Amino acid sequence: MTEAPVPEAPTPTALFLAFLGVALSGFGGVLPFARRALVDRRRWLTPEAFVETLSLCQSLPGPNIVNLSIVVGRRACGWRGSVAAVLGLVGAPMLIVIALGVLYERFGGLEQVRGAIDGLAASAAGLVAATAARMAEPLAKRRVWIAAPFVVAAFVAVALLKVPLPYVMLALGPLSVALAWRRKT
Amino acid sequence: MKLADTLWALAIQFGTLSLMAFGGANAVLPEAHRQSVTLHHWMSDQDFAALFAIAQAAPGPNFQVCTLIGWKAAGLAGALVATAAMCAPSCLLTFWIAKLWDRQPEARWRVAVAAGLAPVTVGLVFSTAYVLVRAADKEWRLALVTAVSGLGAYFTKLNPLWFLGAAAALGAAGVFG
Repeated sequence: MTEAPVPEAPTPTALFLAFLGVALSGFGGVLPFARRALVDRRRWLTPEAFVETLSLCQSLPGPNIVNLSIVVGRRACGWRGSVAAVLGLVGAPMLIVIALGVLYERFGGLEQVRGAIDGLAASAAGLVAATAARMAEPLAKRRVWIAAPFVVAAFVAVALLKVPLPYVMLALGPLSVALAWRRKT
Repeated sequence: MKLADTLWALAIQFGTLSLMAFGGANAVLPEAHRQSVTLHHWMSDQDFAALFAIAQAAPGPNFQVCTLIGWKAAGLAGALVATAAMCAPSCLLTFWIAKLWDRQPEARWRVAVAAGLAPVTVGLVFSTAYVLVRAADKEWRLALVTAVSGLGAYFTKLNPLWFLGAAAALGAAGVFG
């Protein structure tokens, strides 16, 4: 990390409010809003530190943005900062999405609602396919012959053969990481 | 299944998935689908696709489909358990790793883990797309919506909400089926 960009160390309350704002503005992907809030507006992170922190979060399991809130909160004020940031990020959206679920259960029978949900679901499926293609791009450019077998093997095992995910991860993960480790030497 | 059993099953399911969700919740959705629809019969294929769509259209992080799966399986308690189980294990791991990482940011293990897991994650996100397409595209007009949304999101920089909004509006107007 470069020198500390923190003008004043954020308190747990400030962290809670910042991530609450990020969560509520983040329609269809929270990450751009997180960058705007943490780097541009509040200057808790430099642009470089944001990228470094995000890449750490992406190499760990769990939702990236939740991991980011943990790391930023921890650096500011230890575990209390992490807890405050996560609660801000997760709490309010959870209540909203449950409310939407309740509405769906109540009005899901209406023809217009049913049609709208059908359209949403079809569109969302396409968006996920686009995300997958975007994620595949850097692999295709840099090391397609090493990466492609793992992409295909994971897809065939999980999507087509319905193998439980833990087995797939245990079979493919260590092998793929070991190959990456050797490439680096 | 009794409520306590369902909550326990949710906690185990999402607690495990939390630690396998490299690249976010989308990577573990096929497994969540397998368990929730095929194994436990908490919901139908169409319900699963609908819940995913609702979560996508709502503000907030994209793992909220887990909240809705928990809610569908066991009401409010289920939603809370699923959300907590999806977050807690990976949060604790991240908290602990962040401590190590802040001491040695260039560590070789970190680079190798990130580079090695990337292709597996990409394969898993393609699997998620496959599962959702199978559940959502009940007729050709919906398949067309999927294709337009997918290609549009891939080749343009438009906010994805435009595609979701347009698809919902077409559906509400009774275009599909």
